[in-house]
Amino acid sequence: MNKIISIKDLSFYYGDFEALKNINLEVEENEVLAFIGPSGCGKSTLLRILNRMSDLAENPKVKGEITFRGQNIFHMDTIELRKKVGMVFQKPNPFPMSIYDNIAYGPRMQGIKKKASLDEIVEDSLKKAAIWDEVKDKIRKNAISVSGGQQQRICIARAIAMRPEVLLMDEPTSALDPISTSKIEDLMSELKKQYTIIIVTHNMQQAARISDRTAFFLLGELIETDRTETIFNLPKNKKTEDYITGRFG
Amino acid sequence: MHVKHKDRIVFTALIGISLLTITVLLWILGYVFLKGWRHIDIIKLIPPIVATMYMILIGLGISAPIGIGAAIYLNEYAKGGKFVERIRFATESLAAVPSILFGLFGMMFFLTTLKLGFSMFSGGLTISMMVLPTIVKTTEEALKTVPVAYREGSLALGASKLATITKIVLPSALPGILTGVVLGTGRIVGETAAIFLTAGTMYKLPKNLMETGRTLSVHLYLLAKEGISFEEAYGTALVLLLVILMLNICTYLIGAKLNKNRGR
Amino acid sequence: MKYIFWLCAAITIIVITFMGAYIIVGGLPFFSHTNIVSFLLGKKWNPSGEIFGIYPMLITSIYATVGATSIGVVVGMSTAIVLVEILPLKAAKVFSAAIDLLAGIPSVIYGFWGLMVIVPIIDKFWGGKGAGSSLLAAIIILSIMILPTIIRMSEVSLKAVPKEYKEGALGLGASKFQYIFKVQIGAAKSGIMAGIVLGIGRALGETMAVILVSGNAPIIPKSLVDPVRTLTANIALEMGYASGVARQALFATGMVLFALIMLINFLLTQFIKNAERRNGNARKA
Repeated sequence: MNKIISIKDLSFYYGDFEALKNINLEVEENEVLAFIGPSGCGKSTLLRILNRMSDLAENPKVKGEITFRGQNIFHMDTIELRKKVGMVFQKPNPFPMSIYDNIAYGPRMQGIKKKASLDEIVEDSLKKAAIWDEVKDKIRKNAISVSGGQQQRICIARAIAMRPEVLLMDEPTSALDPISTSKIEDLMSELKKQYTIIIVTHNMQQAARISDRTAFFLLGELIETDRTETIFNLPKNKKTEDYITGRFG
Repeated sequence: MHVKHKDRIVFTALIGISLLTITVLLWILGYVFLKGWRHIDIIKLIPPIVATMYMILIGLGISAPIGIGAAIYLNEYAKGGKFVERIRFATESLAAVPSILFGLFGMMFFLTTLKLGFSMFSGGLTISMMVLPTIVKTTEEALKTVPVAYREGSLALGASKLATITKIVLPSALPGILTGVVLGTGRIVGETAAIFLTAGTMYKLPKNLMETGRTLSVHLYLLAKEGISFEEAYGTALVLLLVILMLNICTYLIGAKLNKNRGR
Repeated sequence: MKYIFWLCAAITIIVITFMGAYIIVGGLPFFSHTNIVSFLLGKKWNPSGEIFGIYPMLITSIYATVGATSIGVVVGMSTAIVLVEILPLKAAKVFSAAIDLLAGIPSVIYGFWGLMVIVPIIDKFWGGKGAGSSLLAAIIILSIMILPTIIRMSEVSLKAVPKEYKEGALGLGASKFQYIFKVQIGAAKSGIMAGIVLGIGRALGETMAVILVSGNAPIIPKSLVDPVRTLTANIALEMGYASGVARQALFATGMVLFALIMLINFLLTQFIKNAERRNGNARKA
């Protein structure tokens, strides 16, 4: 398998607070990698560094290196990076415009103006996000008028429309009901054929169900990374075991 | 029992006093309507109406872009610090300065130093300084209500900061910004002190930017002050009041639309 | 593009600084003609005789502002309490809309109404040298004009008082009004003060409405029904035809007004800072 992202000796600070300590991790192409750990362990911080949304924080400071296909992301243009590394947020955040315009937002930004191409991208993305059938008749309706679960899949479609290589998902189902959650989980196993997915989750069953590999974080440190079955059945580290078995967190 | 009794007195007093507020409002509105409706002479009011339009167009034409730009800087770019504090103090001070001082300044600077004379342009420049803080403040409030999630969503799609502001943030904040513009319009329409010292007091139709003229408010002021014609004054007051009423209704309509958008 | 936005923001600073400096530069030369003490405390204003004392206007502005604020505070706060604590939501909304309207009415209409309604009433009952045009008329009109400001700010601060305080007070057996006057107003003090200070600024700065109802005589008022002239009216009335030293004297009047307003604005920012800190603490607790 090819490495798509390599993280080397990464430390991250908000002002003086060290949020991540010396992280080393490789991400393989077309895998689903889950980040787990108690709140405040740094998993979301790391996810947001991967497409440099972390730049928006107050006084962010980075040490170490992250490469995306061999290129150091801290030397890349953020706009280029974010096109290749898409993101889906915890709370569905469709823009207050039509479903169509939501999906077409990114492609239009890249200069695609032709209606036929946009139509095709919109339909294709919505299909890939498994929501086309539900919204094809109301594609001109405001995206904030549909249900939360549908909104989140629209957000996934919006990210897919950029044709990214990596999809970062920050607890994408934590604000959703069980039925919507299972739809999105099904979707992820479909999507991983084409994309590399990194997902932050609080829900350990979810990590176990959908991910190939799991990384466990605690207090800003990466404790252990392994095949998901191994992490959940035979963790090497005592702390991982304690967390998995529900002793804390 | 004792407390209850006292409470009833306080209650009655409060209601009575607050009714004063409403009484005064109704008195003013009723007075102007009853006295004015038979004296509206639109033909005679055309020159002041045109002059008022000039003031609105020039005043907002200058203050809206600058004010919105300043609010964008404050809310989207600035990260606190001394400069932001100074801007805040400057806008608050500007809002607190009495309009007569704007008139004093405008008359000396635009008329005498820049030699623009009594003109729509001098008046417009002066009034634009006056409404600037209103625009900055309301725009900033409007920008603050746009969820961070919209900005993050846009940036995460590889949109630049500027594109995020123009395509996502400003459209979402538009109703709020419009409210500010309407409020600014109201201030311009109602202003007298700053305008009569800069745009002039002559009753004539201004044909271009450099000509003088009197706005509706100035017209009413002069009619009342000189006691020229109280009938005309009643008519003018009613027209002025109707314009303000209309602008007030506008802000409510915008506000209602805003709530509808937010409430899904 | 960031720099264009920055520039827009910087313009606000430039405008106020330039304006302040311009008025000061325009007024300073005047003090070589009349020294500042005899300017501020001089009791006679006679531009054609080149005698410039603004004491009558200064004292009138202070009387008018204090008078209007006193009435405005009593009526405004009562109205705010009724709005927040007594009226049902729907009625409060209608009332609130009426206050917005009151805030939107142009000052010249207040002045006109005052001239046509209030001045004749005063003339009828108390007479006076100005046939009703008087300090009292100015106070009445100004108090109406600052009402919306005081009501709005008080309303907002009263609403911001945490519910827990009310539950706590009522739980201890306080009556509703004991709670309002002993707890709620205390907790909302900074915000209400900010509203009052803002109202003071309005009253001090108002020009046209005052000109229409006050009679404009530059004398020290001995009674409420004497005709008077405020600082602002002084500038507005004479700016049109003053030149030379007389014009400089008006700029100097502007300086005094500017200084007073800046002082008030400074107080205002202090109150707002206080209010914000309080609210912050209340929310944390």
